[in-house]
Amino acid sequence: MRIGLFVACVTDSLFPATARATLHLLERLGHQVLFPQGQTCCGQVHHTSGYRREAMTLAARFADVFSGCDLVVTPSASCAAMVRRAYPRFATRDPAVARAPRVLELTEFLVDVADTVDVGAYFPYRVTYQPTCQAPRSPRGDERPLRLLRAVRGLELVELPRAGECCGFGGAFAWKNADTSVAIVADRLRDIGQSGAEVVCASDDACLTQISGALSRLRGAVRALHIAEVLAATEAGPAPAGGR
Amino acid sequence: MPRPTHQRLPWAQLLRRGAERRPPGPPRFADVARETLEDTRSRRLRAEAGARLRARRARGRAEEPAWEAMRAEAGEARERALADLEHHLLSFEKAAETRGTRVHWARDPAEVRGIVTDLVVGTGARDAVLTSSATLRETGVARALAGAGVRPHESALADLIAALADDPPTAESRASGRHDRARARETLLRHLPGAPSDLPDDPVVLVEAARDHLRDRLLETAVAITGANFLVAETGSVVLMETEGNARMAATSADTLIVVAGIDKIVASRSDLGVLLRTWSRSATGDPLVPVVTEWGGPDRDGDGPRDVHVVLVDAGRSRALAAPAGRDALRCVHCTACLDVCPVFERVGARPYGSVRPGPIGAALTPLLEGTATARTASLPFASTLCGACADVCPVGVDVPEVLLELRARVVDERRANPVPTPESVAMRSAEWVLGDERRYAAAQATAIRWARLLARAGRIRRLPGLLGRWTEARDLPAPPTEPFRAWWRRRRAADGR
Ligand code: SF4
Repeated sequence: MRIGLFVACVTDSLFPATARATLHLLERLGHQVLFPQGQTCCGQVHHTSGYRREAMTLAARFADVFSGCDLVVTPSASCAAMVRRAYPRFATRDPAVARAPRVLELTEFLVDVADTVDVGAYFPYRVTYQPTCQAPRSPRGDERPLRLLRAVRGLELVELPRAGECCGFGGAFAWKNADTSVAIVADRLRDIGQSGAEVVCASDDACLTQISGALSRLRGAVRALHIAEVLAATEAGPAPAGGR
Repeated sequence: MPRPTHQRLPWAQLLRRGAERRPPGPPRFADVARETLEDTRSRRLRAEAGARLRARRARGRAEEPAWEAMRAEAGEARERALADLEHHLLSFEKAAETRGTRVHWARDPAEVRGIVTDLVVGTGARDAVLTSSATLRETGVARALAGAGVRPHESALADLIAALADDPPTAESRASGRHDRARARETLLRHLPGAPSDLPDDPVVLVEAARDHLRDRLLETAVAITGANFLVAETGSVVLMETEGNARMAATSADTLIVVAGIDKIVASRSDLGVLLRTWSRSATGDPLVPVVTEWGGPDRDGDGPRDVHVVLVDAGRSRALAAPAGRDALRCVHCTACLDVCPVFERVGARPYGSVRPGPIGAALTPLLEGTATARTASLPFASTLCGACADVCPVGVDVPEVLLELRARVVDERRANPVPTPESVAMRSAEWVLGDERRYAAAQATAIRWARLLARAGRIRRLPGLLGRWTEARDLPAPPTEPFRAWWRRRRAADGR
């Protein structure tokens, strides 16, 4: 099986450690992963901002770049959702988009395809998980990330109050409605604080940009990490460098 | 392909200071939201009321063993009605008129006001009771009646309080529980004749005081004007669902009943009505069935109910909405308000920023569909959502609100494309598309952006971004990007491996 890795633009530029951790983890589990170098963007930003024409061009390009793969894995839940939800609609107007292979979010790939819940990770911290709203599956009730985290040695998983709630990012929303976006994340930080976690993790660097951005401004005592970094850490070595 | 002028950095337009132009007209969502966010008391009350309602509804849904199947059935019922709306409307008219109900058609709010005013004035009545209804508020019937010398009385508690306080119809009068108790108490004291001055702000006592006041009005008034939850095409009947029963009381004691209902309220048959009543109740209050369900078949010949029944069918943008992409999906809405109480945006900002009688996620979708996207306010509504999808998860008739909003966003952007001078955002988005169309262009732009961003950073954090991007850093940091993006690292590793 030819597995392609898709790295979203936010991850690529701001949080490359997420992508390295994803690669590291998949290779440690014995999967061979390709990184098609032509990749740029799945078109999500354009699509959610209303620039559908541009989004469709980028979708056709994405489909072409990954057409040699049987399956694409990405540490960005919202990009996986974009390809799975919007592409079929685009494909009715541009058949080139239909060539895109199936795209799975990292935790889906691990649990559903690789059939691995214990990835052999070691992470001795108290951790909570913030679900990504725009995930391919409804985040309310997706047990995959929690199962993976529970299997990590040393990790104490604590519940996040109002677990299914949005962090307030919403792409363009974070700018166009900055005040509301901040009001939402402020409440979210309170929930994270109440959970007692030392680390909050998520399956999308977009959510983490929002949460870590607010934590950083307030000098919060909680670290925000992508779940890939948590799962990539072992007794033998920490996750490849880079917290946030 | 020609190179756009901002080829080096596609985001250059967004960095321009003062790039933002404030269009004329009613305020945008974000402008009003900034104000309502200041009202911390209302925010707290909304959060608490929301949590209570969410819990009630979750319990209600859990009690319904086949909730998902019921929901699918309800969605199909709505789809059936809207897919063949014209046919069902004509059937409704025929069946209703056979039973003695007079059916009127109104294209816009002005026609609604004209029809209703003429009907009321024609009866010679000087008073009319109006029940709580978004359609009535939307069409401004109360004000028109007042202008014609008829005193309108609001029959629902929340509306009464809103009316007494002289709030605009956009005020949060959806549920008394959402009102600030102390403010409601003051309003009641000021306006209710004979209200005791030691009235506590206990909602139960408040409700009683207001209800006493209401009952007198309801029983005295000869004309009742109501909205409708459903219009049954098969039988020509009107269905009203309430928690308080005031509309039923008003309509039963009136001589003339005037029902003002949007054409989208049609359901094809009584069996479709059955499933909708149940799903609506579970979604609105969590109960198996709301306390008061009234079905008006037509004028009452035995003298127990109104002798004259009129139904005013209101278009007011609905056929236009129906013709728009995703419009039919949105018009499925049965106005249960479940999506409001799961919406992270609504919880923080309340109803006012939506600027219409329809707040919340579905309001952000319906208002631009009904009114068009030409004003700054309506064009801003589709963007007033994080697209988190909580609304779609709870909707009893399967309205996928985020999909409708995406469709509307595309429409707003497409309309702007026609402008001779592109907005800074559109220049940025189009140059970004060009840059992302080629991995070398992308890598070059990325390298430039990283260099600039690192210049802005202090101790690993960017605390201030320029221009429009600065909205982010008003309250959030951005990490300084590492010098080496992932793709560069990958290339280096491959070269080192000799692969
Ligand atoms: S869109 Fe909202 S108000 Fe309308 S039926 Fe669905 S949940 Fe209820």
